Amino acid sequence: MGLETAFADEPAFVPYLAAGDPNYEASIEYVEALAKGGADAIELGLPFSEPIAEGTTIQNAIVRSLESGMTPERFLGFVADLDVDVPLVCMTYYNLIYQYGESDSETASGETASQEGPRPFVEKAAEVGLEGFVVPDLPAEEAGPLRDACDEFGLDLVFIVAPTTTEERLERMREQVSGYVYVQARLGVTGARDDVDDATEESLARITDWDVPKAVGFGIKTGDHAERIVGAGADGVIVGSALVDIVAEGYENGDPTGEVAARLEALARELKAGALRGARTRPQPERT
Amino acid sequence: MSTEDAHDPKFGEYGGQFVPEALMPAIEELADAYERYVLDNEDGFMNEFRSRLADFGGRPTPLQYADQLSERYDTDVYLKREDLLHGGAHKLNNALGQVLLAKYMGKERIIAETGAGQHGTATAMAAAHLDMPCEIYMGETDIARQRPNVFRMKINGSEVVPVTVGRGTLKEAISETMREWATTVENTHYVIGSVVGPHPFPKMVRDFQAVISEEAREQAIEKTGGLPTDVVACAGGGSNTMGTFAEFVPDEDVALHAVEAGGSSLQVDEEEGVAPNSATLSTGDEGVLHGARTKLLQDSDGQIMESHSVSAGLDYAGVGPELAHLVDEGRVTPVNVDDDLALEAFHRLSQDEGIIPALETAHAFGYVEKYHDDLGDTVVVNVSGRGDKDLETVIEETTERDLDIAPDMSILQRMGGGL
Repeated sequence: MGLETAFADEPAFVPYLAAGDPNYEASIEYVEALAKGGADAIELGLPFSEPIAEGTTIQNAIVRSLESGMTPERFLGFVADLDVDVPLVCMTYYNLIYQYGESDSETASGETASQEGPRPFVEKAAEVGLEGFVVPDLPAEEAGPLRDACDEFGLDLVFIVAPTTTEERLERMREQVSGYVYVQARLGVTGARDDVDDATEESLARITDWDVPKAVGFGIKTGDHAERIVGAGADGVIVGSALVDIVAEGYENGDPTGEVAARLEALARELKAGALRGARTRPQPERT
Repeated sequence: MSTEDAHDPKFGEYGGQFVPEALMPAIEELADAYERYVLDNEDGFMNEFRSRLADFGGRPTPLQYADQLSERYDTDVYLKREDLLHGGAHKLNNALGQVLLAKYMGKERIIAETGAGQHGTATAMAAAHLDMPCEIYMGETDIARQRPNVFRMKINGSEVVPVTVGRGTLKEAISETMREWATTVENTHYVIGSVVGPHPFPKMVRDFQAVISEEAREQAIEKTGGLPTDVVACAGGGSNTMGTFAEFVPDEDVALHAVEAGGSSLQVDEEEGVAPNSATLSTGDEGVLHGARTKLLQDSDGQIMESHSVSAGLDYAGVGPELAHLVDEGRVTPVNVDDDLALEAFHRLSQDEGIIPALETAHAFGYVEKYHDDLGDTVVVNVSGRGDKDLETVIEETTERDLDIAPDMSILQRMGGGL
């Protein structure tokens, strides 16, 4: 299994960018800058037109990416074109994974979809070297077909644990999760915040005996945030909106791609360094 | 309804619960409340609901014989007058039910999305009636074309929050309300406006709306001595459709016609991602949107298309999962009516029967006009709402089209009012 290796030696820094934001070439450079800045794994957003779990920052990134022509097919090419040696995770919504096998058929037929389900996309994802999926609108109850396809092709399926997740649902996720568990640091949608929520520690405490690494996301934007999150017991931090903000600002100001990439790399270094500091303040290392 | 399993989140292949994890506990809590209060009438919930629907809402609504249309089509046409429900549309049945349920669940705040504004105004009325704070999310395109309903919501004391992403219509408003709910789920109930979304919404909204067909079925038997041959309702998300059909579904001899918006064309523009219609049941295919697997207007990659209809209330790229299932089963026939035919039907009902229908409703009458030869001898049409909210759109659109049936509005220009 590829994703767990990202957390093997030290706390992991896992950045997110929407693939193709604001265009294909710049986005390749940005993702590679994150790897240079110390990313241990990278979540790549495959943009969906109705991203119900995203805040404004990532919604806008998705719009830019879609407008620049990103599609599931081009996304697979994007992954293949990347020159990075860390594991890559596809973050997207279920309809795109589910429809991929249908992409040759006309939509106006009124016929029900074939029984292929998520398998064709997972097969292609494995071919281009993706290591796993995060699918925010796919709870454990509906995840069976995708879990099966991931098992068949050796990919991980990451689940998100929210502050409101019940004990019963935790058990359901625990049975299906692999790679890492994504701990949602607070209620709501994605987006950078200025504080760290108490819900994070409580959520981590509830899954402390799980044997997959615990990565915390939603709202982290500075090295100090990352330090506190890892200090609270996380095995890694996931950062999206704070990085996407840099891409958005560069796009709006018309900054050269290289400059924007340098800013991304610098923030990546800060976040990774914060995570490493957090590990030193932790009472005891709790790798199992 | 009696034969289905209330715990089952699916209708055949359709339905389910495709939502972010943060919402799952709320959905489970709601499913539990639905079973206890709605299905088992715990604490007398349904008694209070029915009593408030009668006293505040004005139920039952009449089933009226339509003299002129019956003569025109040489068949008995009956109108189920949901336009006479408080607020002027069927939407109150669901809004009142859900706001009351939120109170029973101990929630402190209501949020809702709205497209045409009919669900928003109904929710705002219900929230004021039951003393709950309320925020309504509405796409900015819809705010512009449904101003009277924006006024009504605000006058009833609700906040109206503009949604600016995408094209600013119902699809974006639903997404944004789900995001808001994910943030405030602990004290807030999301009053979804149609038989869409994750389980238990499609079943629960249908059950609140089923009062339409409960009444219509009894009234039809009383007035005609038997069941109707055909039942016709317009279909956007499908709440008035399911409400009008629900009690007739087991009556296999009653034909059920769901009339969708054919818009300006049934052809889709894949390049632009636009379907110039909202004919999801007739032309869509299976996918996952807003928490449910259902029929969708989507491109070959699975991106959701921008839909279109002259009627804001039908302008949605998805449809209720139960309707999708009933269509696949062959129990419900999906048909569609384009913008022109709907506008003509709007004027005909206004002139012949003295009822100004909502543009959504006008689609159902457009279908009866065009296909009355295929219908049986007793037809029930649901008048899902009244058309006051649509007058500006109708005048503008009919002037543009130069429809013969439309009244001469040049008096307004002569008086300097302009159009």
